[in-house]
Amino acid sequence: MKLNRQDKLLLNEKALSVRAETLKIHGLAQGTRIASSLSPVEIFVVLYYGGILSYDPANPMWAGRDRFIVSKGHGSISLYPILSDVGFFDKRELGIVCQKGAIAGAIPDPHIPGYETINGSLGHGLGVASGVALALRARNRAERVFVLLGDGEMSEGSVWEAIMFAGHHGLDNLIVILDNNKACMLDFCKNVIDLEPIEKKIRLFGWTVKRVDGHDIGKLYNALSIFKGQSTGRPKFLVADTIKGKGVPSLESDPLSHTRNILPDDIEAAIRGLR
Amino acid sequence: MTGTVRTMRDALIDGLCDRMREDCSIFFLTADFGSPALDRLRLTYKNRFINVGIAEQNLINVAVGLALEGFTVYAYAIAPFISMRAYEQIRNNLSVMSEFYQLNVNMIGVGAGLSYDVSGPTHHCLEDISVMRTLPNIDIFSPSDWVLCDKYVDYSIENKHPKYLRFDGKPQPQIYDNSVEPDIKKGFYELIKADTVCVVSTGYITHTALAAIKSTSTGTGLIDMFFLRRFDEHALISALSNYETIITIEEGFIGKAGLDCVISNLLEKAVPECRLIRMGFKDNYEFELGGRDYLHEINGLSQAALIKTIKTATEK
Repeated sequence: MKLNRQDKLLLNEKALSVRAETLKIHGLAQGTRIASSLSPVEIFVVLYYGGILSYDPANPMWAGRDRFIVSKGHGSISLYPILSDVGFFDKRELGIVCQKGAIAGAIPDPHIPGYETINGSLGHGLGVASGVALALRARNRAERVFVLLGDGEMSEGSVWEAIMFAGHHGLDNLIVILDNNKACMLDFCKNVIDLEPIEKKIRLFGWTVKRVDGHDIGKLYNALSIFKGQSTGRPKFLVADTIKGKGVPSLESDPLSHTRNILPDDIEAAIRGLR
Repeated sequence: MTGTVRTMRDALIDGLCDRMREDCSIFFLTADFGSPALDRLRLTYKNRFINVGIAEQNLINVAVGLALEGFTVYAYAIAPFISMRAYEQIRNNLSVMSEFYQLNVNMIGVGAGLSYDVSGPTHHCLEDISVMRTLPNIDIFSPSDWVLCDKYVDYSIENKHPKYLRFDGKPQPQIYDNSVEPDIKKGFYELIKADTVCVVSTGYITHTALAAIKSTSTGTGLIDMFFLRRFDEHALISALSNYETIITIEEGFIGKAGLDCVISNLLEKAVPECRLIRMGFKDNYEFELGGRDYLHEINGLSQAALIKTIKTATEK
């Protein structure tokens, strides 16, 4: 279960174009969270273009789909260009984000085809996903439940209620991807609530844990394809080490990048700087 | 009209047990809270019973996940904890998400009002009706006896939206017997019809109201409200419009969004000439001990206090 060189090149090109599209959206919709949306780009690319997720854009609620619950919804504006590209909604929506009549705002809701749950408040996604995983298991369904969590979100107590629950019940159809971008709103996470050693902690709760470079397409693909195929009696947790604001140097090292905007006049330069 | 004494939760859970035999789409979750009837359910339906532990937030979220996949879910906990500890889970994942999905999650809160009289303000539940009423898409069922709970089993399965069920914590005698057949969908029942003064009550305190009215010869009406949302509004307005004065009485804070506000909104809209007197808890918490009757007495909610209010209203 490895990508060949050609596939990796193709997916890296996709990631580059998704970052550029995301910056364009942010240029038009300054209320969107750009730094936290740039960190999970490769995760989204591997899920949607790498063949990890089963989905049907013509029938977003298709019973045979893998469920993907984006728990850090504010930081998933980069999913908009992917969902529109694969056919969930018209590309014209990308040019009117946050405007009157648009389906997509600064924080995605199930108005947007492809989003399963409500977003905006952190710490809800994993508990809901655990219920979905339980339901699929009760019906002997083969679909998987993927969840994207943010590392700042891990401070929410409800996340740990769900981690204990899923571990106890051995929900091996549940796959968490932690977008470990190291920063919350006011500082780097290690200065606020240090998650480390995160692998050890999660493993002790009964999960199978892997850790990869969250910008390495090949490694993300390997880990997620193995997780998807495994039925080990344990839920799975992929720590994807990422960089908040990835691709935009002024954001990458800034502990306050969460609320930083790239002004509309600077978007073109930021896109040129991606390469 | 008082007969068998039973808890509301046991009536509902026994009914559910019967339905779960044929209906495999029912899950029962608890936040480590039990009852004798639940012992039968959890032994019989091991695969569809889950104790999530003392974790009300996760209780609601897991319930939502199951409901998203089409299961009918019962989520069971102590009333103030399920209604307020998990409030944002209820708001975002049930109230808001009901704008998109059909979510049949039935939140059972046990310990309405002062059911847990000796356990202090953390266990007293005087806010739940108000906080639930502010949320769109959440129904509220506040029964006065176990017979209504038994009738509610089928309703809760068939009506596929989120509901909050506020149950008394203690066994109570039945109010409804074979001679009284309330239509559950109507949401209220006129236990006594009269023409000048009417008491409107919900939950446990309907017992107090019934006893108070029976002990006087004032010819006072009594309406038992068991739905606080999605009741038959037309029928209720019609019933209220027979009276000059309405007295609401509830084991909850008044002047916020409880029963008194349900009635005042209706009167303002349809019967503005009708006078409203509100009886309930004022704006503070109660730390006194001494039992439910005593706590009612010192908060102006005793049978004697209601009789006095009725008499004053009748004389005017």
